[in-house]
Parts: sequence; C-alpha cells; structure tokens
Amino acid sequence: MKKIDLVIIGGGPAGLSAAKMAAESGLSSLIIERNFKIGGQLVKQTHMFFGSEKQYAKTRGIDIAKILVNDVLKYSDMIEIMTGTTVVGLYKDKVVTLLKDEKYIKVKTKAIIIATGASEKVLAFEKNDLPGIYGAGAVQTLMNVHGVLPGHNVVMVGSGNIGLIVSYQLIQAGVNVLCVLEASSEIGGYKVHASKLKRLGVDIKTSHSIKKAIGKDYLERIIIGKLDDKWEFIEGSEEELIVDALCISVGLSPLSNLLSMIGTEMKYVSYLGGLVPLIDENYETSIENVFVAGDVCGVEEASSAIVEGYLTGLVVAKKLGYIHPNYDKLYLDFKAQLHNLRSGPFGEKLRRGLEEIMR
Amino acid sequence: MRIKEHPILTFEEKKKLSFFFDGKEAYGYEGDTIASALHAMGVKVLSHSIELNRPRGLYCAIGNCSSCNMIVDGKPNVRTCVTMLVENMKVKTQVNKGDIYEKD
Repeated sequence: MKKIDLVIIGGGPAGLSAAKMAAESGLSSLIIERNFKIGGQLVKQTHMFFGSEKQYAKTRGIDIAKILVNDVLKYSDMIEIMTGTTVVGLYKDKVVTLLKDEKYIKVKTKAIIIATGASEKVLAFEKNDLPGIYGAGAVQTLMNVHGVLPGHNVVMVGSGNIGLIVSYQLIQAGVNVLCVLEASSEIGGYKVHASKLKRLGVDIKTSHSIKKAIGKDYLERIIIGKLDDKWEFIEGSEEELIVDALCISVGLSPLSNLLSMIGTEMKYVSYLGGLVPLIDENYETSIENVFVAGDVCGVEEASSAIVEGYLTGLVVAKKLGYIHPNYDKLYLDFKAQLHNLRSGPFGEKLRRGLEEIMR
Repeated sequence: MRIKEHPILTFEEKKKLSFFFDGKEAYGYEGDTIASALHAMGVKVLSHSIELNRPRGLYCAIGNCSSCNMIVDGKPNVRTCVTMLVENMKVKTQVNKGDIYEKD
C-alpha cells in the first residue's frame, strides 16, 4: 500500500492552493485529479476575476490556472500529481482507493482534503434530455478549451453570473445568443456582466423560462413562456424559438458524494447549493483530519476556493506537525480575505448558509 | 464547427488524428476529447437512454453525468467528454447498458 501524509482530492483552485500551502509548511501531498490535466474549471474561464489582488483579481481564469499549476510544479519534490485518476473508495481509517488506467491502487494517509468542487444542476422541462441541451459550463469547456462551437443559435436559461458570462463568451466565439431567460423578476448576476450583454443587444427576459424542447434526435426548437409571481407559466404567453443549442445555467450543487461515503455529518443547505458537510472554522469535517475546501462545502467563486485551499493546507500541515514559519500571520490573512469576499449584499445568502453548517 | 477567430484565445492548427465513428472514417485534432471531435463534425447524438432508448448527447463535459457514454475500442460506458482522442480509435454509439463481450 502506498503511504503519504496528505491526500488532496481534486486538482482545481482549492486543491492546488492547499497543496502549495502544505508544501510551503513542509508537508508533502498527493493530488488526485480525475481529469487529464489539473487546473479545474479555471482552464475554460476567459473572463477576468473580481475580488482583490491576493486572489488574482483582474486576471483571466485561464491565467490564474497557469499561476496555480506553476506554483504546484515548483514543489515537484513534495507534491505528487496523479491525473486521470478517480477516487473509488474513501474509508474512515484514511485509506483511499483509486482507479487509474484500470489499475486499482490503495493509499494510506493521515489527512485528506476533499476539494471536488461542484457540478451543474439540471432543470425539469419536457424533453430536457435532448442532445443540444447543455450545461452552460459544458459549453464553456467545448468552446474555450477545445475551440468547438455548440451551435449557431443559442438560448441561455439562467441569468446568474455563469449564465451572463457564458452568454458573452458565446458571442465572442461568434455564436448568436437569442436571449437569456430568467425565472425570477430580477437578473441574478452582477450588473456589470448584464450590462455588457445588453450593450450587445441581448435581451435578458426576466420572469421567463423554458417550457419545452422540441426535436427528434436533437434540439430543433424551444417553447418559452412568461411566468407569474408563483413561477407558473401564463397562458397565451408562449413563444417558439428556433435554436440548435440551449444552455442551462441554474446553479451548481456541491460534489459531496465522497463525504457521504466516508460518513461525515452532512446537511442540506439550499443557500450553499445542496448537500454539504458540517465544518468547523478551519474547514475540518466531523471526522478528524478530513477537511474540505472550495465549492464542495458551498458553491462560491474560484477566488474563495483558492483562499479556502490555502487555509486548509496551512491548518492540516500544522496538525501533522509542520508549522509554516508565518503561520499566525497567514492564518489571520486568509480568514480576513474570506470575510471580505463574502461581505456585501451578494454574500448574504452565502453567509447565512455557512452559519448553518458550522459545528 | 470549430472556432476560427477569437478575441482572447488562439487555437493553433494541431496534428490531425483519424479515427472510426460507427465504422466510418472520421477525424479530429490532437488535444480533442472524443466528444469534442464528434461535436466539431456535427455529431450530437452520442448515447441512448437505457430504458426508452432516447437520444443523449454531451451535457456536463466534466465526466460527471454519463450522458456521453460510448463504446470505445470495444469498451462500453467510456465517458467520451473526458477521454482524449487517439489515432485509429474505434468509437461506437452505445444503445444499451454496455456488454462486456462487446467487439470493436
């Protein structure tokens, strides 16, 4: 059995930052990533981030990914990376089982940081499984990583930041965005993203949603309609649109399955996107030395995932006897950064959600 | 449908890779996943639902939703959105749960 002090599951912003901070403290780790490369979902985000300089604000996601990956590669003697590897089992005695190239590998560890991120939610409507209907993030991957277009005429469902940003990126790639549908009476995302779209003439239809998709083998048309204040379709408001792609951007839910497997105490918190683990102020779950970082404990932005990664890496290292020379200063700084990222009216639901999972 | 011009990204011409899709010759480029190569060719139906045989395509592109599972080199249930395209790969549309005795 392979032995390593720290296993980090997920090579996205949270996992990479955790590995870097652990290494800076003197603790070696193994990063497990199921994709064929590390960087997580940042590798497809061509837009510039907000936040402060410490979280690489005004830098494009694709460039932040490069910075984080380089940081980890600098510690190649301390950080081992396994890509194309899926965790298939997680046990209370801190044995992690992996599948890589059809080989089954067992790893014994002392601490685990679960940084698996989140996945896109689906929306219920007639024929929502037709090919041509995608998660908005999937379209982002297709376009920005592979350079392939999802279609020519697209409608976006959901006006949160992802919906707005991906709509803009579709236009940048040369796709016609017919409209953005938003079930609520108000646009969900930041005004700055919405304004950019509006300036390009994209109609953001509030109190509207998709009623059904039409097509034999793949999407050909959709029926949209106006919603009343109970989110029911208003009769006679239906409209048919000819589209060859539809993007669903109705939020994300934490990929917390592994936590359920190891048996940490969990709670369903809608403000955080779904089922999340109970955590203490250092992101330690109800099982000692099992930590979480990033979207897996509540859907936020990559900026917070990075800071949560740094924080857990720092704390885990200390628990295992590797104390960072600047521990106290860094600890307070990371805490303050998280506080700042979550302040303001957009962070309100998040703050309430996080209160619910504090143990 | 590949992006030719983009204000932020550049997509360099990469090495062409030929493969087989349902027995017919097809091609993609180095760096493509199986699903992105098929998409670029305009192929949207990648799989079928097990009970009602409804067509299924790419949905999540991160290996999470199983909507793009296909038979690759005789192996069923391969997540084509996270599997890199390799020269001469044999890719087939899957219509059932997958058969361990599948022949490519």
